[in-house]
Amino acid sequence: MMLQYLALAAILFAIGIFGVLTRRNAIGILMSLELMFNAVNINLVTFNKFIVPDNLTGQIFAIFVIVIAAAEAVVGLAIVLLLYRNWQGIDIGNINIMKW
Amino acid sequence: MLEHAYLIPVYPLLAFVIIIFATRWNEKLSSGISIAAISIGFIHSIFVMIAVIGRHGVPFELSVPFIEHPLITLETGIFIDPLTAVMLLVVTIVSGCVQIYSLGYMHGDPRWSRYFSYLSLFTFSMLGLVVANNFFMIFIFWELVGLTSYLLIGFWFEKDSASDAGKKAFITTRIGDLGFIIGILLLATYAGTLNYQEVFTKVADGVIPVGVLTMIGIFIFCGAVGKSAQFPLHVWLPDAMEGPTPVSALIHAATMVAAGVYLVARSMTLFVGSAEAAMTVAVIGLITSFMAASIALVQNDIKRVLAYSTVSQLGYMIMALGLYGFDVAKDPHSHSVGYFAGTFHLMTHAFFKALLFLGAGSVIHAVHTNDVQEMGGLSKKMKITSLTFFIASLSISGIFPLSGFWSKDEIVAATLGHPVFMFFTLLIAFMTAFYMFRLCFLTFTGKPRNQERFDHAHESPKTMTMPLMFLAFLSVFAGWVGMPWLSHGFSSFVYSGELQHHGPNYIVMLVSTIVAVSGIGLAYTVYFKKKISADVLMEKFKPLYTLLLNKYYIDEIYDKVIIKPLLAFTRMMWWSDANIIDGLVNFVGWFTIKWADAKMWFDKYIVDGAVNGAGAVCMAASWLFKYVQNGSVQFYTLVIITSAVGVIIYRVTPEGFLYYFIGVVVVALARFLMKMNRPEEGNVETEPEG
Repeated sequence: MMLQYLALAAILFAIGIFGVLTRRNAIGILMSLELMFNAVNINLVTFNKFIVPDNLTGQIFAIFVIVIAAAEAVVGLAIVLLLYRNWQGIDIGNINIMKW
Repeated sequence: MLEHAYLIPVYPLLAFVIIIFATRWNEKLSSGISIAAISIGFIHSIFVMIAVIGRHGVPFELSVPFIEHPLITLETGIFIDPLTAVMLLVVTIVSGCVQIYSLGYMHGDPRWSRYFSYLSLFTFSMLGLVVANNFFMIFIFWELVGLTSYLLIGFWFEKDSASDAGKKAFITTRIGDLGFIIGILLLATYAGTLNYQEVFTKVADGVIPVGVLTMIGIFIFCGAVGKSAQFPLHVWLPDAMEGPTPVSALIHAATMVAAGVYLVARSMTLFVGSAEAAMTVAVIGLITSFMAASIALVQNDIKRVLAYSTVSQLGYMIMALGLYGFDVAKDPHSHSVGYFAGTFHLMTHAFFKALLFLGAGSVIHAVHTNDVQEMGGLSKKMKITSLTFFIASLSISGIFPLSGFWSKDEIVAATLGHPVFMFFTLLIAFMTAFYMFRLCFLTFTGKPRNQERFDHAHESPKTMTMPLMFLAFLSVFAGWVGMPWLSHGFSSFVYSGELQHHGPNYIVMLVSTIVAVSGIGLAYTVYFKKKISADVLMEKFKPLYTLLLNKYYIDEIYDKVIIKPLLAFTRMMWWSDANIIDGLVNFVGWFTIKWADAKMWFDKYIVDGAVNGAGAVCMAASWLFKYVQNGSVQFYTLVIITSAVGVIIYRVTPEGFLYYFIGVVVVALARFLMKMNRPEEGNVETEPEG
């Protein structure tokens, strides 16, 4: 059964990476990031359940990740807001101030 | 008044400061201040004298530590004993007379105020020297009188001879002062103090080894040799006559040159402690005295005759002091009168020699020449001057009952027991009488030898004749305080109350009088009656005459033996400086420049080349690699993920990694080329909306 769970997580993670790399919308990138977090959470819970079912380490870790992800989302959205104010848009294709 | 005796030197110092800084432009006021200061000093000195007599020889000392150090304490203070009191009176009297006299003599001089300020400075230094209570202070004032002497000899510095004479005097006395300071340092090392009384106590206790004491005595005597113009450093004094005549009278006859005698008298304890040192002093004194007296016989410059006379008389005093030290060193209960004779002659000599110089100044003022061969018959025109000059000449020759008689008599008495000294002392007395009266007769009697100068001659103004008369009075009577019949006269006074009285020695008196009278008689025969022609005598003793006229060629010997080799040596040093040292320095400079050029080339092409080369390489590399830095976060993420995947693949199948890597590179290149072909796409900043 473990394989299906891990496959699900892998698929989710791949979708997340694809989103991060290809979305031009900053909000979309943030959402893809959430997908990747959740893929990791699934992995954690899966390993907990099938390898060390007697303790809750993986579960607790997943909850931590969710909490931190919420905080990260706040920061990310704040950045997006500032991007919008400064570039009058959130298309990250236009944001290239770190270019050479 | 004794507690405030330190004020005596301060009055002329104040006068000096005021004249230099405030009243220089008011000539009358300047001279007035100077004379007022010395007058106050004189009155104060009288009170000090009375107080000292009241103390019956107990010295008064007041001192303030100046520099305190574990090894030695330098102090500033005053020490007043009978000798000091006498010197204070002598200095203030002569200085006062000379300053008043200068009012007439220096009339119309363009540097009048400066002249009086220098006189005040000198008086300050001399009084300071006299009241000092330690060797450190006496040395400071010693140098100060040397400085003022230099300033005043060279007062008419427009004349080359005057400025040269000033330099000569300063440098020659410096040689003696070098010895003096060595003596002081030795004393400080061995006695641990410089205070007179402490030093003398230690010497009397025998703390200092006799050999060292001899060295100290001779070194300190070196100072006296320089300042008192003793052989072999006597050469400066005759040249010092280039200064104004009142200065010659004050500094180079009566006071400063007496400082050396004062020093020997003051340090008598040292010489009593070492018979060898004392004998050295006595012999130097005798040589000087005899040599100077013989030179004075033939000189024609009125001031030079007096200068050599001064040297001769100073030698007298030094000799008497030396003999006293020798006698007492040999026999502590000796009845030598040398100390008394030296100090007594110091006092009487100051008066009659000042008078002689001022008289000579009066004559020079009248006839405008120093050459006695152009004078003659002046007594008709200058009654007061000639009369006072005759009195002074009688006094210096030692004719009863003038003051010179008493002191010279004591000097002869001091040589009792030393036949050689006695013979020469009497011979010198004879020569002194002869040359003084030769001078008198040539100047004041006979026919005028230069009618033009004679016609212009006139008696000097009252400001000049008054001091002459006052000093004439002293030349007659000042010696009476030392008459041998007085049981509490000068003799017991300078011996600090110890009664060393000894009755008059009539034989000595008689002999010295006969000698003096015969000297005068010879001068009378040759130069007044002209029974013996001076020219015939001159021809007869031609070699001796030439030798004396050229002052034993001592200046020439110094020139040949010391000055010429010294000059040659310094020229050689200059040459080596100019060629070797400068050459070395210039070579170092040249080499440094060349070396710096080489280093500059290295810096410019090698170091800078490396730096610039590195920069150029970076620029070239970045032309390609800058495209990696495209500013897109997503591109960076792609690189990270691709690399992470690469790492994983490498861990699993290292062979597969190669294919993966090639694939990635191919895709990346393809994308890159596509991007190059579609420039600007996606790189254009969007226009701000609205």
